[in-house]
Amino acid sequence: MNYFRTFTKGLIKENPVLVMLLGTCPTLAVTTLAMNGLGMGAATTFVLVCSNVVISLLKNFIPKQVRLPSFIVIIAGFVTFVSFMLRSNFPELYEALGVFLSLITVNCIILGRAEMFASKNNVRASFLDGLGMGLGFTLALILIGAIREVLGSGTFFGLSIGDWFQPIGFFSSPAGGFFVFGCVIALVNVLSNYKMSSKKIGCASCPNASACGQAEKGEIAE
Amino acid sequence: MSAIAVIFFGAILTDNFVLSKFMGICPFLGVSKKMNSALGMSAAVTFVMVMASMITYPIYTFLLVPNELGYLQTVVFILIIALFVQLVEIIIKRYAKPLYNSLGVYLPLITTNCAVLGVTILNADNAYTFAESVFNALGGGIGFALALVIFAGVRGRIDASDLPKAFKGIPATLVAASIVSISFLGFGGIVEKIFV
Repeated sequence: MNYFRTFTKGLIKENPVLVMLLGTCPTLAVTTLAMNGLGMGAATTFVLVCSNVVISLLKNFIPKQVRLPSFIVIIAGFVTFVSFMLRSNFPELYEALGVFLSLITVNCIILGRAEMFASKNNVRASFLDGLGMGLGFTLALILIGAIREVLGSGTFFGLSIGDWFQPIGFFSSPAGGFFVFGCVIALVNVLSNYKMSSKKIGCASCPNASACGQAEKGEIAE
Repeated sequence: MSAIAVIFFGAILTDNFVLSKFMGICPFLGVSKKMNSALGMSAAVTFVMVMASMITYPIYTFLLVPNELGYLQTVVFILIIALFVQLVEIIIKRYAKPLYNSLGVYLPLITTNCAVLGVTILNADNAYTFAESVFNALGGGIGFALALVIFAGVRGRIDASDLPKAFKGIPATLVAASIVSISFLGFGGIVEKIFV
């Protein structure tokens, strides 16, 4: 196994947000400010790395039938730990992230990596995979957060970009979140020279993809 | 009474779970291509949201809070939701086959839907009463259905239109979601003005 590629694939080629479309809820919700994007990314990376390592260690002990509930409980434990850390050390960030801090538990990036990578690979690879995916998530959140903060509030990481710019409130609103996210993915399309065609960018890597596809068709999975 | 009305209609319109709180975006994007599946998914989500609120409320208020274990809410709530969804699947498969045939397919998608865990945590964080929690969940579910059904209609139009190459697929869907979300911004303030 090539450890270097395991680490770097999450950054760009298989970026969880921009290419695999995982974790869209926090991506849209917390990115009104670049700082919140960084905080959310860091918290998620921590949970992702820890849960990947623990699940990889326990992969031979967790019975297959109850693996999903077991993964969720492990993840929820680390999420509780992170919210304690943030509440005591970064109370402002804790307030800004709000309910989405607890919702890291059901972020499909984490469950997806647990299901698709950590439960099949060794500890070192799972650690690097979690770190790479987490950093890719963080980079995407900072990118979207920075665009929305500059256009919507006229600041960059809290620093004013000058009086000449009149902030456009739309970009801070929920509607602006959808709009910027859509435009960033369109940009990924162009920059990748359409190699990431609409087939590759999509829900295919979501742990729920097959269930979701069946739901769309209205067929019972079995 | 007015507090409940504000919570209920707020959850449907101004604070719509999908379009302003960003919960349940995955099913919003993934299961909104057809009207039938949008309605089925919404029914299943609404049912689980309401039941999860009813079950977590007494556990949080009478078990966790008196024992100063409130911080365990995330772990406890997600376990309850996972168990409940599994239980519902087993029960309706055994005793209500027609219901299972129409809704069973959506159940595996619900445990990891942020809207379900989100509503239980919001109920606890806002210290809602039992009735307020239930109506928050019911409004949230109806708001989810409204967003999905409206969007299923919008998507039909997107598929029929000629788009720039870069925007084909997901980007166009997201920009359309943005426009639907703008229309919900228009409800801002209305609910409070009517009921307070």
